[in-house]
Formats: sequence, structure tokens, C-alpha cells
Amino acid sequence: MAAIVRIQNLVKNYYMGDVTVNVLKRIDLEIETGDFVALMGPSGSGKSTLMNILGCLDRPTSGQYFLNDRDISKLGDDRLSDVRSRYLGFIFQSYNLLPQYTVVENIELPLLYQGINLNAQTKQRCIGLAQMVGLGERLDHRPLQLSGGQQQRVAIARSLVNDPNVILGDEPTGNLDSKTSVEIMEMLTGLNKIGKTIIMVTHENDIAEWARRVIRLRDGHIESDVRNRD
Amino acid sequence: MLTELVKFRRNTILAIRGLWLHKLRAFLSVLGIIIGIASVIALLAFGKGSMQEALDAIKRQGATNIIARSQKPPDDSATGSRSFVATYGLTFRDYEKFENISVLNRLVPMRVFPREIRRLERMHNGRVVATTPEYMEVNRLEMASGRFLVQQDGILMRNVVVLGSVSADRLFPFDNPLDQTIVLAGQDFQVIGVLKDRMPTGGSGGSQAAEDFNSDVYMPLPTSRRRVGDTIFIRTSGSRGAEKVEISQVTMTVDADVDSREGRQKVKAVGDLVKQILEEGHLKRDFAITIPLDRLEQAEETEQNFKNLLVLIASISLLVGGIGIMNIMLATVTERTREIGIRRALGAKRKDIVLQFLVEAVVQTTIGGILGIGAGIAIAYGVPFASSVFGYRPIPSAPQWDSMIYSFFVSSGIGVLFGLYPAWRAARLDPIEALRHD
Ligand SMILES: Nc1ncnc2c1ncn2[C@@H]1O[C@H](COP(=O)(O)OP(=O)(O)O)[C@@H](O)[C@H]1O
Ligand SMILES: [Mg+2]
Repeated sequence: MAAIVRIQNLVKNYYMGDVTVNVLKRIDLEIETGDFVALMGPSGSGKSTLMNILGCLDRPTSGQYFLNDRDISKLGDDRLSDVRSRYLGFIFQSYNLLPQYTVVENIELPLLYQGINLNAQTKQRCIGLAQMVGLGERLDHRPLQLSGGQQQRVAIARSLVNDPNVILGDEPTGNLDSKTSVEIMEMLTGLNKIGKTIIMVTHENDIAEWARRVIRLRDGHIESDVRNRD
Repeated sequence: MLTELVKFRRNTILAIRGLWLHKLRAFLSVLGIIIGIASVIALLAFGKGSMQEALDAIKRQGATNIIARSQKPPDDSATGSRSFVATYGLTFRDYEKFENISVLNRLVPMRVFPREIRRLERMHNGRVVATTPEYMEVNRLEMASGRFLVQQDGILMRNVVVLGSVSADRLFPFDNPLDQTIVLAGQDFQVIGVLKDRMPTGGSGGSQAAEDFNSDVYMPLPTSRRRVGDTIFIRTSGSRGAEKVEISQVTMTVDADVDSREGRQKVKAVGDLVKQILEEGHLKRDFAITIPLDRLEQAEETEQNFKNLLVLIASISLLVGGIGIMNIMLATVTERTREIGIRRALGAKRKDIVLQFLVEAVVQTTIGGILGIGAGIAIAYGVPFASSVFGYRPIPSAPQWDSMIYSFFVSSGIGVLFGLYPAWRAARLDPIEALRHD
């Protein structure tokens, strides 16, 4: 299958005054369309930094990043927003829902930035997604009225609303108990089955086992890259 | 373009909802703007109201009029003498010269003198005004019954009089005065008409005493020349002195439109001409010229100054209000840094963030503006109403609709002006750092 993500010679430095922190050191990586990748590694190894670049929230210091064969590394701020809006879905460790919005409104949010006119039809679609993640009864609830697992399910529904190719999760189960984590992973597996490429960071081996491919980072290098048995 | 509109509408709805969630806070943060706009609208209404009264008073006098009056010269060497008869004032010669001014619509001479008026055993100390038929039009008098003086009365020097409403009441408390006879200066006069009650002209400006037309008695000028003499002899009350005057006043109406520049210049030119004529013909300064237009212009200038001052005050208070809004918006941006990061991750561009915060600021100040306009209207109508309810003279108030429309746009403009910097600060945030913020 074609590689949806292709990274070549990727370097990311942070500059703090005179000190240069070399976080990612010449990383090469390809991820195929429809794959399910777990990114592991010790704290500070550069997982989040890599995820931010993959998520077009940050730009590499040098090297190339092709998403859908399109070079992303040199795009301007507005174009990166467009890419995020069209091709990427995000799930965060701390859910990152907007507390003032209801479940449906949170799910709708990415559509606003695609310039889609929010109407009865789009609303129906958001309700459908909420039902899909098992929150059909809580459409008008606000995030603070929901449990952590429920909030993360809203976040999953939100990441799906713009029908992205890739779903990125930086420790999506990091704040959840193991039973809820399993529910979330089942959901992500389901999404992977319908064709979404999933890239997620995790600390836990049990969670990484849900993925088909496990990449381990250490000190800004890829230490290992293994395929799980199906 | 369409998508921008969609975002704008959505942002507006969400902004209003967000404000509703924090009603008290939103209200307090725009309080400066509410008070600023309310006070400007109310002050403008009161200012305009009282100015309108002054302007109306001047216009009642006739803005195209030029009034020449006889005036006892201030530096009369003989004022000390108690039995001196002072001769001064406008003359029939002056009047003939005035008649030659071509741009006059009309000129109305008056000789005014107090006289005792009798009818049977009743007596009235009234003011006799000997004049021409145009007097009625110039002073906008209205008849209650009968008719006013006509040209023919003068030509034939008829002994006829028209009574002011108070004079009529005094002399004829029980019966109809029409066609009855009164005695004035030892002569019989026939009553041919009675005037309606009329509001006294305001004594605004000082140069012109308030006039009460209601206790006047009017007769044809030629009749008065014949019956009373070419000069009128006025005994000064409280002394043995007396005054001799030919004509007390001539009111000239210029054929001009005071709403136009040319018209105003025309009136002023005639004013200068009248002054020149009188200065040439009189050795002493025994006359005075009143040009209501001058006072109209003074009043207009005062009004403009008042408006300018108000604009200054408004600007200061709105500046303060705007800074208040900016302060709150900056705090909001900090408080909502994480939200900004989330929105950016979900595809919001910098300009979407700018738009969001700008719309929030504008919605807030515009609602503040609307509340201010409402409060201003309430004050502008409420204060006169309340003062009349409590039995005071109602404070004149003329709410200005254009000021409200300006206020509306100005308050929105303040939102843009003072929301721009916080919005820019919000948009400038790095998405990753914003997401990490808590
Ligand atoms: N904005 C930044 N400025 C400077 N150093 C940073 C910044 N972000 C991350 N780092 C550093 O980069 C390294 C990798 O961080 P990160 O990618 O968050 O690691 P991980 O997610 O694997 O725990 C860490 O040493 C961290 O201190
Ligand atoms: Mg991390």
C-alpha cells in the first residue's frame, strides 16, 4: 500500500538562548495508509515532538514530511491549518473539549473551520457520530457533566467529523482507567478497520498491543520498529 | 466569501451565548461604554431641547427682521434735571428713508405709549400701539373676533382700535366689545376687533424686554398722529420729566431666506444699511438696532460649541470604556489560551481566531452601546416627565435620533479598535504552547 506519511531526514531542534536542544535526530519513517501505529519510548524521547510535526502543528527544523505525497514541511501557517482541517483528526490525553459547548457542538467544531455551513444536515451527522460513540443520550450535555471515558469518546467523534485520513492521538488513554482504555482502543480499532490510519503515542505495553506496528523512540532516534502479530 | 459570512454569523451567535453565560461580567466590562453613551445622548437631548427653546424665541421675533428702536441716549447731559423733556428717537424722516430700502418685504412702524383707557366707569392702564396693518402679520397675532387694522383705517384716519385679550377683559368684562366705544386721550374710539391670547415673547438675550401683547390697544398710526400729535409725549413715572418721541420702533422684514448663506448676508447687509442711515441722521445715539439673526447665529454657535464639548467628553469616556474592554479581552485571551490551541489544532487559521475575538469584542461593545442608547433615551424622556410629575417646569429635551445612530456605530467601532490588539495577541499564540497551557 502507498505510504500516507513519509518522513525523510527529519530534524527538530529547539533553541533556548545559546543552547540548541536537538530533539529529533535525522528520522526516516514511512507509514502506510490504513496502518495502526503505536509510538513508544521513554519520557523526553521526542514522541510528542514527532506527533506535533505529524499533526502539522509544528514544522521540522530540516528534512521532509510528505503527507499524501504532498510536502508539508515548507507550508505556511494558513496552509497547515487547511491540512489539519482536511486530513487530520486529533485525540488528546486531556480530551481538550470546549467546556462551554455541548457534545454536539464540540463535535461540530472542526466543520466550522472548513467553512461548512452548519445546518440541520451537518447537525444530523454530528448526532450520528455521537450515537456511534455511544453518547446518543447525552447530546446536550456539557463536557464537565461527562466522565473521562465519555469525554474521550466525544473527542473521537469530533476527530471523525471532517472525515480525516489520519487520526493522531498523543496518549489518548493516558488519563483513563484500564477498563475505559480498552473501550477506547476497541473504538480506535474499529476506525482502523474502516480504513483510518491511526498513529498514537502510549507508555503502556497493553495499549501498544492493540496496534499493528510499534515504533520505539529513544533520544530522538528510532530505536526499534516492530510489527505485531495479527 | 460565503464561508467567511458563515463563520461570522456563527461567531456572533457563539459570542452572544458566551456573554450570556457571564452576564454580570460582560455588563460590568461595558459599563463604561453604557454610561458614556447614555450621558452623551441625554445631554445632547437636554442641550438641544433648551437650545430649541432659545431658537424658537428668536424665530418668533422673526429671523429676517431688523428692528430699529428709539432709545433714550445714555449720555444725555440733562438726565439730572427733573423737569426736562427729552426729545429723542426715530423720526418720520428716518421712516421715509427706510421705505426706500428695496429688499424689504414690509416695514412696520410703531409708536408705543402708555395711556389711560376708559370705558364708562372702567379704566385700563394699557399700552397704546399705533401702527400699520402689517403689524399683525409681523407679530403673528390672531383675531379672536372682528378684524385688525386695515390700510383704509389709516388713510381715513379713523378712530378705531383693536384690543388685546387682557385689555378687552378689563374694559368689557361682561359684554362683547365689538363696535363699542372707548375713550382714549380724550377721544372716542370704536372697537373693531379683539385679539386672541398670545404667549409673551421670551426676553431671551437681554437686549429685548419680554413683550406682553395681551394688554395692548392698537390704533392706526395716522390716526395717532392726528389725535395725539406728531411727537408723543410720555410722562416718565415717578418724576416730572417727560419724553418726546416720534416713532418708537420700526420693524423691517427683509425678503430673504435665513437658512441660506446668501439670505443671511442679505439680512446683515440691510442691517448695516439701516445703521448707516440712522448714524447719518442722528447726532446722538438715540436709537438701537436689534438683528435677531445675530442672536440666532450666536445661539447656533453656542450650540455648536456645546456639541463639540460633548464630543470631547464622549471621546474621553469612550476611550476609557474602550481601554476597559481591551483589558477584559486581554484577560480573556490568557484565560482561554488552551481553547485557542484546541481551535487551532482543529483547523482554525489565525484569522479565524482574530475574527472570533474581534466579534466577541464588537458584540460586547455594541450591546453596551444599545443599552447605553436605551438608557440615554430613558433619561432624555424620563427626566422631563419626572420633573413635570413632581410639579417642576419640564426640562426641555429633544432626543436626537442621529446621535443614537452614531452612538451605535461608534460603540461597534470601539469594539473593533480595542478588540484588535487582544485578538491579534490570541492569534499570535503558538498552537502547541497554547495546547499545553492550563
Ligand atoms: N518548546 C520546547 N522548547 C524546548 N525544549 C522542548 C520543547 N518541547 C519539548 N522540548 C524538549 O524536547 C524533548 C522531547 O520532548 P517531548 O517530545 O515532549 O517528549 P515526550 O513526549 O517523548 O515525553 C524534551 O527533552 C523536552 O524538554
Ligand atoms: Mg509527550
